[in-house]
Amino acid sequence: MKSTFYFLLFTFLITSCATPATSVAPQTITVLTHDSFAIGEETIKAFEADNNAKVVFLQSGDAGAVLNQAILTKDAPLADILFGVDNTFLSRALDADIFETYQSPMLTEIADEFKLDSSNRALPVDYGDVCINYDKNYFAEKDLVVPQSFEDLAKPEYKDLLVVENPATSSPGLAFLLATRAHFGDDYLTYWKSLKANGAVVVDGWETAYYTNFSASSGKGDQPMVVSYASSPAAEVFFASPPPAESPTASIVAKDMCFRQIEFVGILKNTQNKLLAQKFVDFMLSQKFQEDMPLNMFVYPTNKNAKLPDVFVKFAQIPENPAALSYSEIATNRDTWIEAWTQAMK
Amino acid sequence: MQNKNLNHGGTETRRKSILRASVSPWFFRVLLWLAPILFLLSFFFLPLSRIMILAFNTSAFTKTNFQLILSTLSFTFYQATLSTILTFVLGLPSAVLFSRFNFRGKPLLRALTAVPFMLPTVVVASSFNALFGNHGLFSFLFPLSPEFTTSKTFYFLLILLAHIFYNTTIVIRIVGNALSRFDPKLEAAARSLGADTFHVWKNITLPLLRPSLLAAALLVFMFDFTSFGVILLLGGSNFSTLEVEIYLRVLKLPNLPLAALLSIVQLIFTLIFSILYTRTINQITTQTAPRFSISKPPKSFRERTFVFTVYCLLFTFFLLPLLSLPIRSFTRLEADRGQRGEVQYGFTTDYYKELFINRRGSLFYVPPIQAAANSLGYASLTVLLSLALGYPAAYALAKPTRLEKFLDPLIMLPLGASAVMLGLGFIISFGRSLASPWFVPIAHTLVALPFVIRTLQPALASIPERLRQAASTLGASPFRVWQTVDFPILSRATLSAATFAFTVSLGEFGATLLLTRPEYPTIPIAIQRFLSQPGGLNFGQAMAMATLLMLLTTLAILIIEKLRLPNSGEF
Amino acid sequence: MLEIRDIFKSYENKPLLRGISFSVSQGETICLLGASGSGKSTLLRMIAGLEFPESGQILFNKIDLAQTPPHARDFGLVFQDYGLFPHLNIFDNVAFGLKMKIMESNSSLFGMSRQQAVGLQRRVAEMMDLVNLQGFEKRKVTDLSGGEQQRVALARALAPSPRLLMFDEPLGALDKSLKEDLLNQLRAILHKTKIPAIYVTHDQDEAFTIADRILFLHDGEIIRDGTPDEVWTKPNSAWAARMLGMGNVIEGVVTSPNKVKTEVGIFTLNCRHKHSKGEKISLLLKQSEEGVDEIKLKVEDVLFNRDQFQVKTKNGLVIHMKDAPKIGQIIRVKVQVECLA
Repeated sequence: MKSTFYFLLFTFLITSCATPATSVAPQTITVLTHDSFAIGEETIKAFEADNNAKVVFLQSGDAGAVLNQAILTKDAPLADILFGVDNTFLSRALDADIFETYQSPMLTEIADEFKLDSSNRALPVDYGDVCINYDKNYFAEKDLVVPQSFEDLAKPEYKDLLVVENPATSSPGLAFLLATRAHFGDDYLTYWKSLKANGAVVVDGWETAYYTNFSASSGKGDQPMVVSYASSPAAEVFFASPPPAESPTASIVAKDMCFRQIEFVGILKNTQNKLLAQKFVDFMLSQKFQEDMPLNMFVYPTNKNAKLPDVFVKFAQIPENPAALSYSEIATNRDTWIEAWTQAMK
Repeated sequence: MQNKNLNHGGTETRRKSILRASVSPWFFRVLLWLAPILFLLSFFFLPLSRIMILAFNTSAFTKTNFQLILSTLSFTFYQATLSTILTFVLGLPSAVLFSRFNFRGKPLLRALTAVPFMLPTVVVASSFNALFGNHGLFSFLFPLSPEFTTSKTFYFLLILLAHIFYNTTIVIRIVGNALSRFDPKLEAAARSLGADTFHVWKNITLPLLRPSLLAAALLVFMFDFTSFGVILLLGGSNFSTLEVEIYLRVLKLPNLPLAALLSIVQLIFTLIFSILYTRTINQITTQTAPRFSISKPPKSFRERTFVFTVYCLLFTFFLLPLLSLPIRSFTRLEADRGQRGEVQYGFTTDYYKELFINRRGSLFYVPPIQAAANSLGYASLTVLLSLALGYPAAYALAKPTRLEKFLDPLIMLPLGASAVMLGLGFIISFGRSLASPWFVPIAHTLVALPFVIRTLQPALASIPERLRQAASTLGASPFRVWQTVDFPILSRATLSAATFAFTVSLGEFGATLLLTRPEYPTIPIAIQRFLSQPGGLNFGQAMAMATLLMLLTTLAILIIEKLRLPNSGEF
Repeated sequence: MLEIRDIFKSYENKPLLRGISFSVSQGETICLLGASGSGKSTLLRMIAGLEFPESGQILFNKIDLAQTPPHARDFGLVFQDYGLFPHLNIFDNVAFGLKMKIMESNSSLFGMSRQQAVGLQRRVAEMMDLVNLQGFEKRKVTDLSGGEQQRVALARALAPSPRLLMFDEPLGALDKSLKEDLLNQLRAILHKTKIPAIYVTHDQDEAFTIADRILFLHDGEIIRDGTPDEVWTKPNSAWAARMLGMGNVIEGVVTSPNKVKTEVGIFTLNCRHKHSKGEKISLLLKQSEEGVDEIKLKVEDVLFNRDQFQVKTKNGLVIHMKDAPKIGQIIRVKVQVECLA
């Protein structure tokens, strides 16, 4: 009895000591973001030191979940800044009018192709391309030519070789669907049926596709082609020990076969801390932040002056002709396309 | 109870005695319920109703929506029923094994069966893949055609297997706990009256175990009914349950009115199950005497065969998939770059070493020890909180009055609430205060509480009132009665409940993801972080973290179970 | 010491106990004798504080106990089914009450001084001696026989030296020889310890063995209160007489101020109460050589009982004879007739 009580008491004390207290620094800025967000400690420390601020990050779910929360709490926002709305969600955010307009002085350093929102409520921070990754060893060993178009993928020699994510549940899955939609127009479903007939495997999310099904990942799955990111081959090198001379994977960057995702940041309306929020947005677009971003999130900077890390230069490819779909078209049709896809693939 | 004051003298005295000597039954009951009800009101009913009011809209009443609800509901029912039955097929013999027999490695095997319960679904999917996938052991022993392994049936089988894998521990704990309290004299009596083993089970053991069986069945069914990760990850996007649909309608194809409608359907069914359960369970009041341990080594040939068979079954079913995690965390499974097609297998500790390195100087890097400490901290708080709330509620439920009959079904409701909906409710109800780390154990307690109550309630009901009275006449105050009689006799049930709460908290992912601060991730969150980026080191570290989680939980369970209460050493 | 005043208690809206008043003094053992369901256990539980009277008072040393919870009453209670703690060994069962006392006085959550621990050990050993269970300390409750368990229950109740001991049919589940054995031990212990005691039973043998005073509980009321001797010689009611196993109670109708007509004849009576003509009363027929009345009875059955024959007759009366009569034979018996209430 005794020892039990002391044990419980002890664990209670330990845990209550271990549980961190919420800080109430006067100059706090809160950033709401998705759970894939990551950034260097030094980078944030530098901002905090320069502005006598404390940056608090709230990660609650994926990009869709976070946007939902921001819309639901529009009147009493959870945070001052929302980062992570991408071009497939952009018009929802703009329609719900959750962002303040902010004409950041840093916008001059951002490439124009990313500035989708002319009203400057959502400012582009990073981009990444969703492309098919393939297992280089597999294709070399089988003496198989790497497919160079969507049409190729439906050919018999690539039967049972592709794993894709469900666009209803996965963001790269949706991107891939959008790429096919851009390429095939209204015929995209016919194409998907032929893909299905050719043994394409559909899984719920990127983690499963990459780590359970893809043959070149450590999961050692069955499919040598997976819908992933153009930066993934670089990550395979960066996250290997010892670092290899060559990446085991590569992306197919042929015309139309990739879809570009651009992520935006915005200052939430009703923020109590507008000035600091603006400073932080400037900071996110600055060279320091932009150069730290690639290795943390495996995305590309939108700042023209930001230098890419070596591993990106050597092992990641940037597609020259990604699929083109306007964000307003995506906004109008995304749900219809997904529903239609779900019906067609049943 | 009594309380009709007939016109005799001493009314005044009587009234005083109500207040002081023993608190009035009603007042006492209200006192018992106060904390649990307040907790549920503020952290469940309030946030849920706020999001429902916000989201609910009659525009969702369309024919297509109703068709969707109907078809989803029927699949949800179908898979949950099948999963529950199959879970019992494995769970019941296992419960008998653990409660009736002693054998080597019993504590370890028992602990192992609880491990899946807190592994993140991604990890389970990965370990299942290691066992049942195309390169897995199973397909090596029993080659399956690729047509079959990509068919709907195969995915459905995987879902069922995963549900068994996750939930068998519920049956083992709740039913096994009841079995070990079972008076062996009753079975002996039946046997002496000419009943064979089968009839003893059918006519004596099973009917007397009914409360526990029902409790276990309800919990297993609820878990299968609201299954989410398993369906998404292992179902190959072929299937969706209500919970999956709600998730899709909240986050992916935003349609909040439809999501609200689906949530209401799910809640209504949860309530119906709970009411059915309460009705059935209140018909029986079993008073199985608290006993000393009745487990013994298997003696007869039949017993040996039984023990051997179930042991092997559990061993293969639980140990093999679990083992694949530590194996992978120590194996380099990467193609040697440059040398075409060569896959190098080799032993490595790199993944564990890497856990301690903040390679990218990331702000959110958390050393594994810290993640483990976070997990353990949250889990301990969940245990304390859910026991503190569960004990009084179980006390009141052990002797139900009309009040309890009304409240009883409501306790189960949190299990039927969609995590995403509730999460949104939390966000609109608590806003910025959500940054407080207390919300994680609170959310975990919400999930653990039904378990804790359902585990404690039958045990509490089985303690003869006589013992409490005996203690009371020997000078034990109500608190001392609880401390010296209820608590030690309930030690098994309490440990069971604590283990449940502990494992629920360690494994909880959905709510944690929504509520935790990025600087204080739990182990499942850390695993998820590793798995969300490509690269061998990331996968290896995820496996290493999963191994750590497994080790930690197995150890914790072993310690909790070893934690003998000194007074009940002989119990 | 203990004083019960005008207790009323109902069960399912029917009165179970009414106007119960009695007292127990230092060193006295009183016995509540009554049939099952007569409310005697309820009365005991009210004294213990486990239930509450609807009206009336329970006082100890002139202090009303209404506001004293059971654990503060310092009364020992021994249950029929022992109520031993299955999770504790014998030592811890017996030490339970003592530990509670120590803990309350230390007012700490745990722990006791070495001195207290030694005292506790000594007291438990003393108790084990008293109930003849030396060396049983480490055993499990379930390893003990019924009689042994009952002795542990007694030791447990005695250990904290309660102000009052209560026994609720403590020997109900035991066989006869064991019962007598334990009863004698119990009597000796009660005499030795001088603790006032209330003993509840439905067995008159037990009552007469143990009690200094016997209280008959019938129909929710105490209908007789006296020493075993008084009660035996003057049961004062048909029910009490039957309860005491005085089988020969017979109904009769009063025909004139001191004449009663019964199945077996007309008797002349000298009752304390006056009875009016036509009133039905019960008579106790005691078989006695000095009896004035002689009755004729037809033998129905003959049983051998110890050194004599127990003869059952047609009217349901039982008499004892040295020589066995034949069945159907008419015998003559001298009896002494007493009025019952």
